Amino acid sequence: MAYLNITELQKHYDNYHALRGINLAIEEGEFIVFVGPSGCGKSTLLRTIAGLESSTGGTIELDGRDITELSSSKRDLAMVFQSYALYPHMTVADNLSFALRLAKEEQSVIDEKVKSVSASLQLDKLLERKPKELSGGQRQRVAIGRAIVRQPKVFLFDEPLSNLDAALRVQMRLELARLHKKLGTTMIYVTHDQVEAMTLADRVVILNAGQIEQVGTPLELYRSPNSRFVAEFIGTPKMNLIELDNVVREADTLHLKLLNASIDFPVARTHGPLPDNAIMGIRPEHMHIVESDGDVMGKVELIEHLGSEAYTHIRLANDQTIIVKTSARTNIKDGEEVQIRVDREEIILFNENDRVFSVVAEEAGHE
Amino acid sequence: MKRSITRLLMAPSVILLLVWMIVPLSMTIYFSTINYNLLYPGRNNFVGWMNFEFFVTDPGFWIAVSNTLILLGSVLVITVVLGVALSALIDKPFFGRNIVRVLLISPFFIMPTVNALIWKNMMMNPVYGIFAWISNSLGLEPIDWLSNYPLMSIIIMVSWQWLPFAILVFVTALQSQDTEQKEAAQMDGANGWHIFRYLTVPHLARPIAVVVMIETIFLLAVFAEIYVSTGGGPGYDSTNLAYLIYNQALLQYDVGVASAGGLFAVLLANIVAFFLIRAVGKNLTV
Repeated sequence: MAYLNITELQKHYDNYHALRGINLAIEEGEFIVFVGPSGCGKSTLLRTIAGLESSTGGTIELDGRDITELSSSKRDLAMVFQSYALYPHMTVADNLSFALRLAKEEQSVIDEKVKSVSASLQLDKLLERKPKELSGGQRQRVAIGRAIVRQPKVFLFDEPLSNLDAALRVQMRLELARLHKKLGTTMIYVTHDQVEAMTLADRVVILNAGQIEQVGTPLELYRSPNSRFVAEFIGTPKMNLIELDNVVREADTLHLKLLNASIDFPVARTHGPLPDNAIMGIRPEHMHIVESDGDVMGKVELIEHLGSEAYTHIRLANDQTIIVKTSARTNIKDGEEVQIRVDREEIILFNENDRVFSVVAEEAGHE
Repeated sequence: MKRSITRLLMAPSVILLLVWMIVPLSMTIYFSTINYNLLYPGRNNFVGWMNFEFFVTDPGFWIAVSNTLILLGSVLVITVVLGVALSALIDKPFFGRNIVRVLLISPFFIMPTVNALIWKNMMMNPVYGIFAWISNSLGLEPIDWLSNYPLMSIIIMVSWQWLPFAILVFVTALQSQDTEQKEAAQMDGANGWHIFRYLTVPHLARPIAVVVMIETIFLLAVFAEIYVSTGGGPGYDSTNLAYLIYNQALLQYDVGVASAGGLFAVLLANIVAFFLIRAVGKNLTV
């Protein structure tokens, strides 16, 4: 029995089905990130867990207690909002102690807790200020402090870093990771930024159209996405998805036919039937521009130099474009014909939607 | 050069406004120092402070001052308290909310005179008023509001007139309240009352200050309701300063004393404004 159990959770708005049967088990102390495109239901899921939205089906259990119908104040959760939602007319100290004062804790206990939290978040010099006298990063820390001071069972974060500038975001991301290590409390974090998802999460939950697409550690999602959606969503630049002309299996060898070329590699076994019009997924860093012995030919369209590396956009003869990651200093030029070699062990095959084959996954012995 | 042109262009409106203010004020000051009774034309000799003395020693003077302040204070309290409560009630969406809002705001469109007539004849009339009918159907003796509780009747009428203004301001202000703050408070364990007490009321501090200041300006000069309904009576029971001045000028034809009273009203308005702005004005800087 996990710490937080979500079973068949449904959420209907008037004529919109926002959550379509969410099943998720979260262990105590995990850092879970919900990620997905806009409108995928990730914020709705978080707000339903928080009790700010009522579910229309399914159950939520926290620490062995059914909290589906409880009001949010009784769920023992704390939430950090995107806008921080600090109480504007209260000082930082009052903001931090609001929940404790409502719970009628002893003044000495309140003072003690506020003091320790404000010290750990470097807010001790700001306690008498009002929120509008604080910078964005400071407000963010007050919002986090307000959540910590209550010592909840689970922290909920609703896109907490999206209002900060890029430099501060990186810094706060580190602080959050450090905080999670220190407190060891379960955290659920919603973001649309996959970098935040990859760097912070123990496990990432990818949502799409109100359903969970895949749950896994960041590396699992990156290396063996279960579906085309996950493959395209995780990773910058995106994974290349190349439509194959044909897939032929001969004894222990798989032949991927693409533009007169054939990418061959031995396979021990495959999972499920391979469709003829399979799609080959391959990350930009697993393709290489080579002098000879390439698998396919293509014409360089554009080279994006990022300093440490470069992304070369290549158009194949059948008009598909792919991106190949290359070293920063190459003598390749726009318009040049190049040969590309593909790392066999990193190939993933998809049908219309789902993964049907991947060397990594098959060797690891699970799906 | 540029500056003098701007001043030149601004001059007509500034001068107009100045004249608009200065002429009546100086005429009032002038009238307040001469013997000026419409019944004795031509005897406009200088009398010094005598008009002020007459006005201040008038038997109705202190009653009028206290009535003015009671009227002001009561209406302010009623409109602000009820206004905040009603606005908070209709803030959440419910069926027919728009109609309820229009109904709540509509009394503001009714002229003070008509308002007073409605209350006098339809509501408070001891024979065929609605209050009398309610009392009768409960087997109680109908109350003659205007004779027995004249000041309270005026307070009710004026509150009814000004409550919509307060509601209008508060409803608009509530719409700008951040929903995430309320949700954060909910997560922090706040119930509806806590949210109202610790978030909504502080959020409304500034609109409350605005309502108090604007209403004060108008409530110090309530006249039509008194004139139409109680006529300041019985005795001086519902006479405020504005009505007392009218009484002096147009019932006793003593323009000199009325002018002195007018100047006293200006003084009182300034004193009240000073304290009110001191009390509520600090909210404006939040």
